Amino acid sequence: MDEPAVLLWLVPALPLAGALVLALRGRHWPERWIARLACATVAASALLVVIMGADYLAAPGARVQVLWSWFAVGEFSPAVALRLDGLSLVMVAVITGVGFLVHLYSSAYMAGEEGYGRYFAWLNLFVAAMLVLVLADDLLLLFLGWELVGLCSYLLIGFWYRDADNGAAARKALIMTMAGDVPLVVGLLLLFSSLGSTAIPTLLDQAAARWPVGAALPTTAALLLAFGAIGKSAQLPLHTWLPSAMAGPTPVSALLHAATMVTAGVYLIARLHPLFALAPPVLDALAWLGAITLLLAGLHALVQNDIKRVLAWSTVSQLGFMFMALGVGAVTAAMFHLFVHAFFKALLFLAAGIAILALGHEQDLRRMGALQKRAPWAFWGFLAGGASLAAVPFLSAGFFSKELILAALWQRGGGALWAVAWVGAVLTAAYITRAFIIGFLSAPVTPATGATGWRLHLPVALLVPPSLAVGWLAPPFGALLVPASGATLPATETAFLPALLAALAPLLGIALAWYALHRRPASAPRHLAPVEDTGFDRFYWAWVRTPYQVLARRLAEDPFDRPFMAIVQLTRVLWQVLSATQDGRLRRYALTLVAGTVVLLAMVMT
Amino acid sequence: MTTTPVVLTLAAALMGIGMAGVLARRNLMFMLVSVELVFNGAGLAFIAAGAHWAQPDGQVMFLLILSVSGAETATALALMLRLERHYGTLDVDAMRQLRD
Repeated sequence: MDEPAVLLWLVPALPLAGALVLALRGRHWPERWIARLACATVAASALLVVIMGADYLAAPGARVQVLWSWFAVGEFSPAVALRLDGLSLVMVAVITGVGFLVHLYSSAYMAGEEGYGRYFAWLNLFVAAMLVLVLADDLLLLFLGWELVGLCSYLLIGFWYRDADNGAAARKALIMTMAGDVPLVVGLLLLFSSLGSTAIPTLLDQAAARWPVGAALPTTAALLLAFGAIGKSAQLPLHTWLPSAMAGPTPVSALLHAATMVTAGVYLIARLHPLFALAPPVLDALAWLGAITLLLAGLHALVQNDIKRVLAWSTVSQLGFMFMALGVGAVTAAMFHLFVHAFFKALLFLAAGIAILALGHEQDLRRMGALQKRAPWAFWGFLAGGASLAAVPFLSAGFFSKELILAALWQRGGGALWAVAWVGAVLTAAYITRAFIIGFLSAPVTPATGATGWRLHLPVALLVPPSLAVGWLAPPFGALLVPASGATLPATETAFLPALLAALAPLLGIALAWYALHRRPASAPRHLAPVEDTGFDRFYWAWVRTPYQVLARRLAEDPFDRPFMAIVQLTRVLWQVLSATQDGRLRRYALTLVAGTVVLLAMVMT
Repeated sequence: MTTTPVVLTLAAALMGIGMAGVLARRNLMFMLVSVELVFNGAGLAFIAAGAHWAQPDGQVMFLLILSVSGAETATALALMLRLERHYGTLDVDAMRQLRD
């Protein structure tokens, strides 16, 4: 291993150290020192990644750094080992890059908040945990990062914990993702017990060598692992936590939606793709799950009035795109969309954050408006991010990644999946256009009062170019990923008609939204009735939460304990009776003795 | 021998009186005297039984009882001395600390 990769361990270690220092000492420090330390650790990590990335591109090939053996039980000794290959390099670059910008942005956004040190401690830990997750060369270490990410999302979503609703949203995120994590653990144990190792390369080699395609064991394992990915990446039916997670501060949403947390599920499937390739039914299910999620979330996003909720549902639907691509085996397309999505979604959230701050914490689209003059950074940032999300042809990065996915779906998924994805693309363009028109172009309602500063503007400005231009990187990107994932590139030549239709989808969506909003008379309300959810929350409430609570209340009385408590009661009564005879009166003892003797004598003599 | 039932009756009477004394008296000293009466009743019964069957065992047992009751009396008196010092009285109903 050559020089730069020796420092691989520092990439997660630096933010982790920052998190530790801030968690222990943060409350005693002034804000600017907290912000400096937190930003510096992530910036240093990002710098290391740049150096290592240049080194990797000069000489491709996985670098593995074994730090130490975690523990050893008999034959089983999982290593704490980090692996840098094309896949993890992409993820690490996104995490540290976007992570640093979010840190910088947060230092201004959270200024004056109670718990500034706590916020940055968790934010640093979030980045560190995600880095551990994507760098891990061992499933056990990956799982450690996986759970740490879940913990950090809980801590940050519930950051403003004095409001009980935020705590509930945080618990919801934790519980819903845990619901996926339990099958994930079972899947990990299944893989370990049947293959005898948790090291990812060994595992994948063994799986490919021992199991035929479509065998029962890999299908079961892949299905169980897929549940974990579905939970973390907010796919149907475990998606309900993500819109609720908007309770957290806006920069947290940007980090959570772009770089950390929700991308973990996509990463897991991409990393273990050779295993999933052995389970075609699971992949088909994932593709269709992604398709349904894409449509459902797109429809949700169309009728939200909270700007952050629009973005939250759009994340769910974009993750649906990625799952569809993963489902048809187009790992490269999925990862490229993840890469592009990280930039434009972070940009959208950060721009929305500026608008929210400028309007004095106003999140309702209907009460925003006319932001071109009043918050130009937010306006242009949101425009660029929105264009990329809508996939405006050639001008935006989102176009290229979506085109890749649609091409892959056309080639491998068949007409139905492609059609659903096409409708999803139209929907995507429509809802973001609607949000932009209502929130940024219409007449102003709320006066602009809040202040913004360079630390808010710089991340937005830095995210605009990649959101628009990174799409041209698709071919080298694919070449980077191929040795890592073992998946083949989708062929670039695709049928002309579907490509044309795919390019027209965003334009159609934008035109539809524009037309629908401008056809209405000015007096009519420019919004649909807000729909919070399509009954998933109510379903979980009625069929999971309520029965659970009833059961818990029943079990609190502990019916199974009753027979044993009866024995205790009987013993106690008997003890009371007998104990009453021992009253300390000597003469009564004597009387009892005499009476007993007399009775015994009488029994003997008769 | 026709005296045996008479002597046994006397022994039973002694025991009964002793028992009644133990149960009825509250002063420890008198309870001790009553216990001695019970001992003597038992001893008398042994003597009568020994005379009845013309065996020495009855007298042996009586001697044993005498020594036991002597030892018992000595111990009891010593205890009573301590109790009197401790409680300031020999009323047995006042000594009720040994209870549940």
